[in-house]
Amino acid sequence: MSSSTEPPTPALELNRIAKAFGAVIALTSGTLALQSGSIHALVGENGAGKSTLVKIIAGLYQRDSGEFLLDGKSVDFTSTAQSKAAGIAVIYQEPTLFPDLSVTENIFMGRQPTRSFGRIDRKRMHEEALGLFARLGVRLDPERPTLGLSIADQQLIEIAKAISLDAKVLVMDEPTAALSGIEVERLFAVARSLRDEGRALLFISHRFDEVFDLCDTVTIMRDGAYIDTSPIAETTVEQIVRQMVGRDVSALFPKEEAVIGDDVLVVEGLTEHGVFENVSFTVKSGEIVALAGLVGAGRSEIARAVFGVDPYSAGRVTIGGVTVPHRNPAAAMKLGLALVPEDRRKQGLVLETSVARNATMAIRSQLTRSGLLFTRPENAAAREWASRLEVKAAALDTEAGTLSGGNQQKVVLAKWLATKPTVLIVDEPTRGIDVGTKAEVHRLLSQLAGQGLAILMISSELPEVLGMADRVLVVREGHITAEISRADATAESVMFAATHAASEIAQ
Amino acid sequence: MTNFLQALAPATRTYRDHSQPLWRRILLSREAAVIGAVLLVIIVASVSVRAFGKPITATYLLLDIAPILLIALPMTLIIITGEIDLSVASIVGLSSVTLGVLHSNGMPIEAAAVVALIVGAIAGALNGFLITIVGLPSLAVTIGTLALYRGLAVGLLGTKAVTEFSEFWTSLAKSKIGASAIPSVVIPIVILAVIFGVLLHLTPFGRGVYAIGLSAEAARFSGIHVERTKFTLFMLSGLVSALAGIYYTLRFSSARGDNATGLELSVIAAVLLGGVSIFGGRGSTLGPIAGAALIGVLASALRLANVTSDVINIITGTLLVASVVATSFLAWLHTKRIRPGKKTETLVAAKG
Repeated sequence: MSSSTEPPTPALELNRIAKAFGAVIALTSGTLALQSGSIHALVGENGAGKSTLVKIIAGLYQRDSGEFLLDGKSVDFTSTAQSKAAGIAVIYQEPTLFPDLSVTENIFMGRQPTRSFGRIDRKRMHEEALGLFARLGVRLDPERPTLGLSIADQQLIEIAKAISLDAKVLVMDEPTAALSGIEVERLFAVARSLRDEGRALLFISHRFDEVFDLCDTVTIMRDGAYIDTSPIAETTVEQIVRQMVGRDVSALFPKEEAVIGDDVLVVEGLTEHGVFENVSFTVKSGEIVALAGLVGAGRSEIARAVFGVDPYSAGRVTIGGVTVPHRNPAAAMKLGLALVPEDRRKQGLVLETSVARNATMAIRSQLTRSGLLFTRPENAAAREWASRLEVKAAALDTEAGTLSGGNQQKVVLAKWLATKPTVLIVDEPTRGIDVGTKAEVHRLLSQLAGQGLAILMISSELPEVLGMADRVLVVREGHITAEISRADATAESVMFAATHAASEIAQ
Repeated sequence: MTNFLQALAPATRTYRDHSQPLWRRILLSREAAVIGAVLLVIIVASVSVRAFGKPITATYLLLDIAPILLIALPMTLIIITGEIDLSVASIVGLSSVTLGVLHSNGMPIEAAAVVALIVGAIAGALNGFLITIVGLPSLAVTIGTLALYRGLAVGLLGTKAVTEFSEFWTSLAKSKIGASAIPSVVIPIVILAVIFGVLLHLTPFGRGVYAIGLSAEAARFSGIHVERTKFTLFMLSGLVSALAGIYYTLRFSSARGDNATGLELSVIAAVLLGGVSIFGGRGSTLGPIAGAALIGVLASALRLANVTSDVINIITGTLLVASVVATSFLAWLHTKRIRPGKKTETLVAAKG
């Protein structure tokens, strides 16, 4: 802090907050101080611990250790109701309103003003809602149902609710992710007027232009820990990115040299309106291509469309020159495509069935003899592939859901490598798995590429992208905005491309 | 194709096939419990109910539960995918009326039976179309077609009944195998049970059925044709229901619009009693066969002991509720035991 006078007591102060879920540590030392009449930005990579910190502020999680002060007094919230009562309001990226109730009813849900005999005072509710919108300077019909309102309008309802509760601290968790330019401007105008009323605001965003436009202070987090806080006027985008990434990333993943061959997977002009537009790229044999970008940029959607689980309205996917049919994963598998999906527990595995059945699920037709599938060849194949991937399981009939995250991911990899693919798509291959298994997965992917497999990897972890990829494709809002070679790929260049429009990158 | 096997570890690890010994897996299975219950009822009834031990009892029992056994076979697969077909008894009625109307208008009975089977398959396909292509929930669709198909059946024939069928076919429906007490209808049932058993337990299609019931999303990501599988099952259900309708008509020498009204509940009761999970993903073909036998044996013994039919219904109903509650209770105990690890994992996944 550069302030020369003694700073006033912060409206909200967190000191060295720690939080672990079982063996996974989400926060080691979260520190944050919000001043009244100020908009404070919180930035960091995916998984840096921002969301966990917000959930502790909201009372959704309880801290394991550290200090949580509100107006200088220590607090312990065990529910969201308690944090609300204490004057904290959290506005999430996607508000959760009751769609069939009116705007007014949503604002006053659970605390409607009443007349005699407990009857709801609709007139007063209506007038108060009008008053709130007038204060925020927005035009919204308080009597219309919230169903069909844009996300921006829904957020404004949440803000109105927060003001009606006289919240002193407002937390906005990536509120602009789904908003258009004009909507962002309107939200910012509201945020500024709340600041001028003397409230403390916390603004979480991946977009640096917004951070610099709106906020006056910025706190950077990395790997679950506080890194730095500085006034916005005294820092630059470059410095923030350096602090966000801030480690020697290339040393983590020893990548093997692979002979890069011909194009195997070719995607041309793939479009699904509103999700991704005109996506074209190729993956060569022996090459690892990373799709980088922010969560929600449309990377997983592209992968799912290529594999055929999701639809697309235009474009073409070919493998070795043969067109992959639209919306037919079974046909894509026959052509040598395999997808290790993003959500291991919902998409990758049938959790309630055995390791053996999961491992052989994608090759079950190949294991038949005159059309019949017997347990013996099924178990033999499962034993071979589980063993090759060093899955730790007591028996072949152990339920997949009882394995650890890392071992579950190995079963998914076994399931797909058993199909002997020529193109392997891996979506967040190391999310939520322990460090040891993570390194094993990286070694495996690198060696598979070394043997000529074409790999498309989606990852939100920059070190993983920089360490593993031969080429990085950056996806922003459904478009591929940059293609960066291994030599040019740095944390700064990838982050910059992920947060800026293509026109700005070109400049 | 790339040869990437060298990149992987040598396949030297060993895994046991099963975490529990065979006797435990058999004894703890739901099928064993239901078969045990059937044997228990048979023993108790043979000793305490006077007429129960006679061969004629077994004959009538099997003739009575034949339609339930038949329809329970496709119903088992449908419930394992997490869906349900409530229109089966109405398809029985519709195929019965189709057979009766065509035959009474001069069509040979064999040809009329083929048309009745086709009508059943079409009725099942319509269910399948509405559920998989239009995407409506099977519970709602088949409640609708339950009324629709029954309405068509009653509308075609009114309150009349066609009773003119050739002696050959009607006596065949009631005939016994040689000199035994076992009715001939058991033969096609056994054949169909083997076919459905193989389909469910020994084919890639059957593996898909289980996967769909446990996680349709994971099944789709594994290249399983979720919609195609369900469509096929609903069509098979219509076809087998029509077959049951033909049997029903010939056995009672009567084609009526209200034949087999309410049979769908007995079928579903047998399937659930046989250990198939109403939530999908669990069960076998053997269980529902034992379930149908349990319902049949119990009803038969109680009837011979002069218990009225409403009391019999109360007893079967209680048994069904108790069995479903027991299953849910055991599942709840199971989740309780593994929950700590599971919860952590979910929270971590939510964090990203």
